[in-house]
Amino acid sequence: MISLTSPVETRAHGWPAGAKLATLCAATMVLFAMQSLTLHLVAFGACLALYAAPGWVFLRAGLRRLWILWPFVGLIAVWHLITGAPQDGAIIALRMLSAVGLANLVTMTTRLSDMIAVIRWLATPLRRVGLSTRALELAIALMIRFTPVLVEKGTHLSRAWRTRSPKGVNWRIVMPFTLLAIDDAEHVADALKARGGLAPGAAER
Amino acid sequence: MERSLALIALFAALIAALGLIPKFALAFGVPITAQSLGVMLCGTILGARRGALAVLLFLLLVAMGLPLLAGGRGGLGLFVSPTAGFLIGFPLAAFAAGWITERWRSVPLGIASGVAAAVGGILVLYAFGVTGMAIVLDKSWGEAALLITAFLPGDAIKAVLAGLITAALARARPRAVLSRL
Repeated sequence: MISLTSPVETRAHGWPAGAKLATLCAATMVLFAMQSLTLHLVAFGACLALYAAPGWVFLRAGLRRLWILWPFVGLIAVWHLITGAPQDGAIIALRMLSAVGLANLVTMTTRLSDMIAVIRWLATPLRRVGLSTRALELAIALMIRFTPVLVEKGTHLSRAWRTRSPKGVNWRIVMPFTLLAIDDAEHVADALKARGGLAPGAAER
Repeated sequence: MERSLALIALFAALIAALGLIPKFALAFGVPITAQSLGVMLCGTILGARRGALAVLLFLLLVAMGLPLLAGGRGGLGLFVSPTAGFLIGFPLAAFAAGWITERWRSVPLGIASGVAAAVGGILVLYAFGVTGMAIVLDKSWGEAALLITAFLPGDAIKAVLAGLITAALARARPRAVLSRL
């Protein structure tokens, strides 16, 4: 499945994912604690510089993903111009842009496999106390498998609908769609059980 | 166990697939997506615990960077954006919807699950969503609540649909409605 990792190879792609996530947490907390406009301008500038460092293509992809925030930036701008506190508005908008920008940056420079490794590592204490995390790992894999399959089934279903009905596809399609999906899940559950299921060591057998 | 796991993964994928249905606009131009319908269905069909787990699984994959939210969005940025409260409220909304569907058996399933979907998908979800918006946009709770009232009619329609779909599914595949087993 296509993830949101940037195809533009940056140096940050090689850094350990856990360290990037920990830094992101710390940076976000600092952003929410900072109250000075100058510091927020510096932070946002630094964030933009990080986007610009790997080149034009990366910067453009990053900015496009920040674009979804424009309704909120617009709203804050109008609100604070009316209430006569533009400086507060600027701080709120910059903080939001920097926080989302930095988080997107981690997503864009971390591969899905590295993220999964972090999840595995986070679950280590559970395995130490004897809980199996196999169910979680299997669930992640199953969901990644189900999503494109469901999308394909949905596409076929809406085509079948359009061939038979003069009206467009509407919400009624959710019902047969759910049925198809549930039947598929039952088959997968049977197949899992037949291969040893969730029993420990089933994967190695 | 295998069946629960497969259904949890399936419903997580269902939320993602429902996000790909092109959004349609209500009469007054507010776009609504089918994604929160998926969250309601997780609760009303899978029940409280499994429903919440399915939503958590979905959010985990979104956080890991898969573009599964409506409009191909995903990644960590969403969890600090003004709409982050809604994401955090998703599993609790499913839990509440499931909890009510499991326990309220004196009325027909369609009504119980419709009301359950409204309580989970509107009351609980909005409580978290509004709080998130209030924090990120630095506004009071009442001011933030005003901003999202436009979505109320769409979500009310989705709650009714969730009730209808759960009841229809109970007729077609009774074993799949885990909230009533």
